[in-house]
Amino acid sequence: MNSILIIVFAPLLAAIVAGLGGKWMGHTAAKVITTAGLFLACALSWPIFLSFIGGTGEATVTPVLTWVQSGAMSFDWALRVDTLTAVMLVVITSVSALVHLYSWGYMDEDPDQSRFFAYLSLFTFAMLMLVTADNLVQMFFGWEGVGLASYLLIGFWYKKPSANAAAIKAFVVNRVGDLGFMFGIFGTFLVFQTTSIPAILDAAPAMAGSTITFMGARWDTMTILCLLLFVGAMGKSAQLGLHTWLPDAMEGPTPVSALIHAATMVTAGVFMVCRLSPMFQTAPDALAVVTVVGAATCFFAATIGTTQWDIKRVIAYSTCSQLGYMFFAAGVGAYGAAMFHLFTHAFFKALLFLGAGSVIHAMHHEQDMRYYGGLRKHIPITFWAMMFGTLAITGVGIYHLGAGFAGFWSKDAILEVAYAAAGEYSTLAFWLGTIAALLTSFYSWRLMFLTFWGKPRWIESEHIQHSVHKTPEQAGEDTTGGYHPHESPWTMLVPLGVLSVGAIFAGQVFHDAFLDQEGFWMGAIAYDAHLMHAMHEVPYWVKYAAFTVMLIGLIGAWYAYIRNKDVPRQTAEQLGPVYRFVLNKWYFDELYNFIFVKPAFWLGRFFWKKGDEGTIDRFGPNGIAWVVERGSGLAKSVQSGYLTSYALIMLLGLVAAITWVLF
Amino acid sequence: MIGIEHYVVVSSILFVLGVLGIFMNRKNIIIILMAIELILLSVNLNLVAFSAYLGDLTGQVFAMFVLTVAAAEAAIGLAILVIYFRSRGTIAVDDVNRMKG
Repeated sequence: MNSILIIVFAPLLAAIVAGLGGKWMGHTAAKVITTAGLFLACALSWPIFLSFIGGTGEATVTPVLTWVQSGAMSFDWALRVDTLTAVMLVVITSVSALVHLYSWGYMDEDPDQSRFFAYLSLFTFAMLMLVTADNLVQMFFGWEGVGLASYLLIGFWYKKPSANAAAIKAFVVNRVGDLGFMFGIFGTFLVFQTTSIPAILDAAPAMAGSTITFMGARWDTMTILCLLLFVGAMGKSAQLGLHTWLPDAMEGPTPVSALIHAATMVTAGVFMVCRLSPMFQTAPDALAVVTVVGAATCFFAATIGTTQWDIKRVIAYSTCSQLGYMFFAAGVGAYGAAMFHLFTHAFFKALLFLGAGSVIHAMHHEQDMRYYGGLRKHIPITFWAMMFGTLAITGVGIYHLGAGFAGFWSKDAILEVAYAAAGEYSTLAFWLGTIAALLTSFYSWRLMFLTFWGKPRWIESEHIQHSVHKTPEQAGEDTTGGYHPHESPWTMLVPLGVLSVGAIFAGQVFHDAFLDQEGFWMGAIAYDAHLMHAMHEVPYWVKYAAFTVMLIGLIGAWYAYIRNKDVPRQTAEQLGPVYRFVLNKWYFDELYNFIFVKPAFWLGRFFWKKGDEGTIDRFGPNGIAWVVERGSGLAKSVQSGYLTSYALIMLLGLVAAITWVLF
Repeated sequence: MIGIEHYVVVSSILFVLGVLGIFMNRKNIIIILMAIELILLSVNLNLVAFSAYLGDLTGQVFAMFVLTVAAAEAAIGLAILVIYFRSRGTIAVDDVNRMKG
């Protein structure tokens, strides 16, 4: 039996069993089944990936079922495994298996655990269907499947109104992107008469330069198709404009944030662009859009990350920003670099999220960094895990030593390739990316310093006050309030350890294969050997730019949050409107509320009050009911029960009948 | 000279009196029975008048039948009324509305 079938369907089976039988078999059995299913899938995925690394792997397509055959349109369920899929397989199954294990500890006290684990496994299945898709429709199936699982998991604590609102927001914003993706699929079928991805990629170069009518105007065929597909990618990957759902999605449990909103689902957009890279290569204008949107997101999200107080929101904006890096890497044509950053990012961002979860767990569900401080000595293992994650995301590494953490290899490669591509958009992307690297370093170290250094500020937190039954006044000088943070159980620490290994070594070990070996990719993505060669020829100042700005960010964060703690407040006051602009996330939510949400609500209320109640109900059901009621009231009054009136009516009837007959 | 018109007018007046006696009476069911008698008598008067006018005995024979039926009807009506009074304790027309819908 082909191992890919087990990899894909083991999580589905586990999800069904745990989801439907969870009540009957109990939490422990449901957790064991789902976790075992994921570890099995993970164990089978790594050999596939390593065979591609070793150069012995071969691209295969495993048919599963016939799906649709209708005229010219035919597509089947099939599992495609090539290098690109193999990379995604290890990312998804590894992070998912570790998140399953982590959830044993994190969700220990939750009454709905089996449902949670079933959703996690269901998500993993949908994501695996997405990355193994051989045609666009199956990819769309996986695409919607992960969207559904994301919705269910964000709203997992469905008794919290904010969680429900966030879940709906994520679903609705993703719908906007999905509409673009659907138009993209329709258009692709219209142009190529097939939805099979290899067939489309083969035929794409021949279509370059042709035009098509869309919405009443002539467009370059490939540009419009790629842009439509990219809108889908923007929605799923939370790029500028369609990013508003991602920070709100942090309402979900932290393991969900790590798995779905950091490591896997949000990278689906990057995966899709890479999967269709030969198609995007035929549309330079679309690639320019990808570059600009990616670079803008990268910069924009990083600025917001520097001002947020919620530990999970900081990491969420960081994710948004890192996704921007991946997109502009793809935009300049370095799909290998984009996938490499996706790969390393999955490890260190999952690590950061799970570490943040461990901190939140230790701090009695307090998420506000203003109430942390001094946690280094209390939860040392979590501290070191977060430390490795931070070193990885900020890109610590020395070029000349050829040594560095995961993010060093992937992020520097992206910046170098953006510089080497030497177009006007890619140069813009390079500069925005470099500034974003500075901001990344700043907000990452800010998070570390606020959380793990300094004096404890715990007693200010309502959650801690609740736990120790004291107010700040009662606690007096003791700012810990007598609270003792506890290190997380081993089920949570083991994933942190494994991901730390990934965050430290993933870049070092795999950079050669991802970036420099065309043979590794075997045509799974468009590989520009010239560009990847030029990447290594960039000036030294470019190679050291990321490292330098990282140091500046580190020193800035150290000065502002350790050395002189008045600096953040003073800076915020001095910058005034700029600070508020960034703190309020560039007012995107307010803008969207004003432009879309309010008019939509108004329109909805109009149709509800005026259209439905005022017209349809009034003249429809309610109107008929009114007529019947009044009519029967009249008829009732005729039947008075008095013999005399009956006789009168009889007489009148008789007179009328006789009159009728005689005249 | 008293012609057929006078008979018809009297009989019509009696008939309308009878009908009004049924409808406008709100007090006593016995009055309804009496009003019915009045209607029947007006009909009889009509029958007899036209019988004499047309020289045809059939009308007068018919009037005899009507008188018989009217007597029987009055007897049965009064009997029902007695039973009704025993069970309900009243024969006021306003109280007799058990058929109200």
